[in-house]
Amino acid sequence: MIEAIRDLFLPPAKSTVAPAVDSVFWFVHISSLVITVGILIALIYFVFKYRRKSENEVTPVITHNNKLEVTWSVIPLIMVLIVFAWGYQGFMELRNIPDDAYEINVTAQKWIWRFQYPNGAQTTGELHVPAGRPVRLVMSSQDVIHSFFVPDYRVKQDVVPGRYTDLWFEVKEPGESIIFCTEYCGTDHSNMTGTVIAHAQGDFEDWLAANAGGGAAGPPNGLSMAEWGEQLVQQQGCMACHSTDGTQMVGPSWQGKYGSQEPLQGGESIEVDENYLRESILDPNAKLVEGYQPVMPSYQGALNDQQIDAIIEYIKTLK
Amino acid sequence: MATAEAEATKTVKRLQVKRHKPPQEYADTNYLTAAKGIKSWLLTLDHKRIGILYLVSLAFFFLVGGVLALLLRMELWTPAKTFIEADIYNQVFTLHGAIMIFLFLVPSVPAILGNFILPIQVGAKDVAFPRLNLLSYYLYGAGALIAVYTIIAGGIDTGWTFYTPYSTTTGGAVTAMTFGVFIIGFSSILTGMNFIATIHKMRAPGITWGKLPLFCWGLYATSIIQILATPVLAITLALVGMERILGVGIFDPALGGDPVLYQHMFWFYSHPAVYIMIVPGFGIVSEVISTFSKKTVFGYWAIAISSLAIAFIGFLVWGHHMFVSGQAGMASVIFSFLTFLVGIPTGIKIFNWLATLYKGSIQLSTPLLYVFGFFFLFTVGGLTGIALATLAIDVHVHDTYYVVAHFHFVMVGGMVMAFLAGLHYWWPKMFGVMYNQVQAKIACLLIFLGFNITFLPQFVMGSQGMPRRYFNYIDQFQIYHQISTVGSFVLGIGFMMVFYYLIKSLYTGEKVGANPWGSRATEWQISSPPPHHNFEYTPVMVNGPYDYHKPMEEFQLGLDGSNGHSVEHGAEVKTEA
Repeated sequence: MIEAIRDLFLPPAKSTVAPAVDSVFWFVHISSLVITVGILIALIYFVFKYRRKSENEVTPVITHNNKLEVTWSVIPLIMVLIVFAWGYQGFMELRNIPDDAYEINVTAQKWIWRFQYPNGAQTTGELHVPAGRPVRLVMSSQDVIHSFFVPDYRVKQDVVPGRYTDLWFEVKEPGESIIFCTEYCGTDHSNMTGTVIAHAQGDFEDWLAANAGGGAAGPPNGLSMAEWGEQLVQQQGCMACHSTDGTQMVGPSWQGKYGSQEPLQGGESIEVDENYLRESILDPNAKLVEGYQPVMPSYQGALNDQQIDAIIEYIKTLK
Repeated sequence: MATAEAEATKTVKRLQVKRHKPPQEYADTNYLTAAKGIKSWLLTLDHKRIGILYLVSLAFFFLVGGVLALLLRMELWTPAKTFIEADIYNQVFTLHGAIMIFLFLVPSVPAILGNFILPIQVGAKDVAFPRLNLLSYYLYGAGALIAVYTIIAGGIDTGWTFYTPYSTTTGGAVTAMTFGVFIIGFSSILTGMNFIATIHKMRAPGITWGKLPLFCWGLYATSIIQILATPVLAITLALVGMERILGVGIFDPALGGDPVLYQHMFWFYSHPAVYIMIVPGFGIVSEVISTFSKKTVFGYWAIAISSLAIAFIGFLVWGHHMFVSGQAGMASVIFSFLTFLVGIPTGIKIFNWLATLYKGSIQLSTPLLYVFGFFFLFTVGGLTGIALATLAIDVHVHDTYYVVAHFHFVMVGGMVMAFLAGLHYWWPKMFGVMYNQVQAKIACLLIFLGFNITFLPQFVMGSQGMPRRYFNYIDQFQIYHQISTVGSFVLGIGFMMVFYYLIKSLYTGEKVGANPWGSRATEWQISSPPPHHNFEYTPVMVNGPYDYHKPMEEFQLGLDGSNGHSVEHGAEVKTEA
């Protein structure tokens, strides 16, 4: 019963600070509920007991009562001071970043999250972290203000252009959680989501090694190039703006794109071949498709040549 | 000893007064019939007519803002696109917020009910500066027209908060919209100045500060915020305009500016603006509770002073909108602490109103029903404000639907309910007619239920992490969004009913006399609708406005004219001169 109510209101508590946040959350809300119900009972009781019985009723003159008024000023004051101190304590836990935290750089831009790891590995849309170890995110924005929010971890921090902000968390168990952008940033604000993947300690090192210096040199075992490409476009957040089934989104759909004639801005058109696709990944604004805004970021450095090959192979399969 | 000396130096004058008994039936000669024609309305200097002009204009914008809200709720029926594009959705929520806040909530109570009632409550013939009053209406109109122009000129998609650098880099008519809001700000400042001057200088003999109706106290506190905070909004918006047009780098880091500075400046106005919206509502609640429980207000001074305290502390808490913005952690801690302090005077008011009902003679009329709606909704809004002021909780729920639900509980549940209470309370005074009580009570119930169905689920999904201003959302939130959308339509039907029966009452409503509620307050001692100059005599107050234990005739006193009537009462009145 209690667990059902807890799960109704709060997402699972997957970070080490989450229980501290949740305890003050419940304290404030349960005491608020008691106060609200108390006020309602008094109100309903008064309305019933003192309902007007005749038009000539005379009411007593009660102008004030110092004792009563001091009571209902001081007790709430003490209560809010307790809540303040409790919230302050939780906030300090959120702000005091452990010295041994593992650092990952985060770059936000419309409308993707990019993550750079100390060994040169890069991901887009997927944040890989070790479980059981504090992680510090050093964040900056390339354009407008975004905000990094993981409900399961109870952490949130605006990501501001022109300066660094940071936050930290320690994930208790391996697993996945959703990342939201919570500062309004335009058309695809609501698609600027991502996933945090917490690996068990050894698994994380393996993942990191496999992606060092920009990623693997070939498809993971058992996958074809096109299948690897499909995996990569999911990881890199391409699907936030491009569809594979012809749906209109912020960017052109990939369905049937390969081999077609693409009208460009300025009236020319171009045949979509491997070179055009490669250029559009590395320098998206070089040849803009008619009717679309120059909003796509460059993937220079985020994808190595083999990965670009794989993505092109994948696009070719989308007939 | 000191007090005795003070008493001795006070000029106490003995005035001869007589009773001016108001007519018990509808007054055929009144401010509505005083002049005819469209020009007599558009160029009127009568505070009552200006109040009506505002009423019509604001009702229109409330309707527009409400329809926009329904569009948003319909779009959110499904997790992906339902019927409009993301860019249109972004424009619609921006306009909903901007229209509701700048064109409805901020002016609402002061401009409509304040303009109409405040001069009468202080026993004056008009506000201190009637021409300035008309000017402020036209400034409002000019700003509103510019806002309408922005919709035609491509719309804006910044959100009502205009956060930089988004607002300085996005397309659309952002400059025009900020200019419109800039102009409306001056309307707000002029109204505030007018009320302060009126309350200070135009009170009738006997209306000391201790006998000032609490509605006037509420407006007084509001006016102080209006004239001190609004200029900062004007400065901020002017800087945004300069950055957009001239490329002066103030907020945009690409030009060497600081985007967080914008947030500080914006909230320095916009947090006090929350109190501009809600404090006049507190005044209405005090008036209505006293009238319908026929009882002296409990803790008159506590209620009056707490309005001023809220106005003062309200200036020091803006940073609680910015706990995760990147401002210094120490700043967040201080702002959190100060925010909790605002909760105390607000709590005091709720307890005082409850205590006023104790041993009262309570009549469940429509205005009081709205006040009870206010009681519940505002309490929830206030207590969730406590949760939001708590640092650790706010980090989690900031910019989620929890915040959306919280400020709708305060703004709609608190302020709009109080406004409707005031409108239903003073409607018979304004137009001399009574609306259909049964329909009014049904509408009140629909609004209350619809509101809760709309916004309670938003607390739940906000706590779960649903971010605000999202066009698409993940599937797990759909059930809450759908309940919320159903509620919004119930709410919409409730508001439409209010429009319907209020307008209908103008044509077929039962005509009423001066004082249908049996109130002791000054505005109920003149005919309904009021005469052109409010009073045909100089009113004199010997009792407080809530002294229900005194006989009615003691509230109907005015200076003795020399027209030969016999003097019914002699009274001692302290004057300030």
